Amino acid sequence: MSKKILLEHAHIEGIRFYETYRKNGGYRSVEKALKMSPDDIVEEVKKSGLRGRGGAGFPTGMKWSFLAKPEGVPRHLVCNADESEPGTFKDRYLMEFLPHLLIEGLIVSSFALGSNATYIYIRGEYAWIPDILEQAIAEAKANGWLGKNILGTGFDCEIYVQRGAGAYICGEETALIESLEGKRGNPRIKPPFPAIQGLWMRPTVVNNVETLAAVVPIINMGGDEYAKIGVGKSTGTKLLSVCGNVNKPGVYEIDMTISVEEFIYSDAYCGGIPNRKKLKACIPGGSSVPILPANLLLKTAKGENRMMNYESLADGGFATGSMMGSGGFIVLDETQCIVRHTMSLARFYNHESCGQCSPCREGTGWMYKILKNIEYGHGKMSDIDLLWDVQRKIEGNTICPLGDAAAWPVAAAIRHFRDEFEWHINNPVEAQTRNYGLAHYADPIHVPTV
Amino acid sequence: MKQFSAEQLNQVQAIIARYPEGKQKSALIPLLHLAQETFGGWLDTETMDYIAALLTIKPIEVYEVASFYSMFHMKPVGKHVFEVCQTGPCMLNGSDEIIAYIKEKLGIEAGQTTADGLFTLKPVECLGACGYAPMMQLGKHYKEFLTKEKVDQIIEELRTASKH
Repeated sequence: MSKKILLEHAHIEGIRFYETYRKNGGYRSVEKALKMSPDDIVEEVKKSGLRGRGGAGFPTGMKWSFLAKPEGVPRHLVCNADESEPGTFKDRYLMEFLPHLLIEGLIVSSFALGSNATYIYIRGEYAWIPDILEQAIAEAKANGWLGKNILGTGFDCEIYVQRGAGAYICGEETALIESLEGKRGNPRIKPPFPAIQGLWMRPTVVNNVETLAAVVPIINMGGDEYAKIGVGKSTGTKLLSVCGNVNKPGVYEIDMTISVEEFIYSDAYCGGIPNRKKLKACIPGGSSVPILPANLLLKTAKGENRMMNYESLADGGFATGSMMGSGGFIVLDETQCIVRHTMSLARFYNHESCGQCSPCREGTGWMYKILKNIEYGHGKMSDIDLLWDVQRKIEGNTICPLGDAAAWPVAAAIRHFRDEFEWHINNPVEAQTRNYGLAHYADPIHVPTV
Repeated sequence: MKQFSAEQLNQVQAIIARYPEGKQKSALIPLLHLAQETFGGWLDTETMDYIAALLTIKPIEVYEVASFYSMFHMKPVGKHVFEVCQTGPCMLNGSDEIIAYIKEKLGIEAGQTTADGLFTLKPVECLGACGYAPMMQLGKHYKEFLTKEKVDQIIEELRTASKH
């Protein structure tokens, strides 16, 4: 069983409220951090090896150290709670059940970065969560952890919650900043990076909810101790949100030392696949990362067990590997159709493209239309190459990574499941009544006889 | 003439106070949420112009934002909007069947409203409830692990409530 440091107290009755949270060691990191210098806090976070938990996996300490500090210009910390990557619902879990953990992490991080006004930008659809967060903020303030002159240090900090209104693109940090400024969520051209000119053109750090919550254990145990959890450059713990065809969907905390096979089949995690069906494929890190067939998911191309960490999931590059991404773990059993699933994701990206860059605006529409044709029995064999061509022309040719995020799922589906696309095109009538099934992907994967 | 109540106007001032002087435009999305809740569930031109005046910004700055975000309705909707997720993870767990069932049960297509003005069906993209699929958003909250029986029950309850 993996070590739990974020969700350690999640099961305690009333942990959502201040008294219980405090009794269980809450806000100790604020007491400790406010006696340190801001630079020392940044140093601890660097030592911890913490990587951004939103999807990109960029080292948090390094991102913090880029923050410009011009004299007389206010700086801001913005918490990215716009969790919108299909398959991802871990931040929602943290905010709903452990709101004080996020607030605690935000206070420490705001102090480290010198933010006196910190904003939580939460996706609009999580409409009931701002109330939970605002209550936690009010409780923290009533107990002297927020507001003016916190713990007599002279540090002032306010945290505000702002709802978005339905736009996947606002999870991209510059689009989020635009939205927070009351504009359309069109990503900005970088540079300048937010660390130099972000919110209202002031130096800004944007971090994911889970990243900021992880600052609490880092300060409590020290960066070096935190770095001992996990393996290699995958330090600490990671929250995984599991969905699709598993017995126990939900949010799990892992220390990145377990294998993918154990994660899927162990009762401590996903609990296997319902009705003892076979595993067909999996998207291990949110819908944008490459889908892998069962054989490549469980073993790397070199035949080693694939592990649940950043490096192992990416082993083999996009040819035979995938990514940890946001931790949205989507499992597909043998009855699922790759063409239909890919079409659904293509529709998502087409809907969510902000329309600013033509390769993404036009390309996502093309991909959706071509996939719809194939799925509904009107596909041509040349459509597969056309799809490949379109995705290749989107990737790398847009202002923000949404273009890549839209291209990768289509590319991976063709790369690993081309015969299923061909079968659809060759059997347009049959494809309407049954799915392709497993074909060769299952070998040598079998249902374990636990 | 549409207007927020005195209490709501205080709320508006409190929202604007979260931002630095002169950055009141940041309050636009929170204010559009408030306006949509207050003025019949959708945003007409009059409402958007009112918000523009409140924030001393140009009406076009409001229109372009309101039309960008999928939660803002630019035309009238029913009293209850069934926003059913149809993205990959929900699809794997039968969202297509749930959407088809709602269409059949209410006799409407996606984007349409029932004749009695009670229900609108709006298939939407990922709402972050993938582990609890299939699901829909109903007002402020989520209805998760949907089945046909659960859909029947939700519709029945809302119909009953509307008679009182």
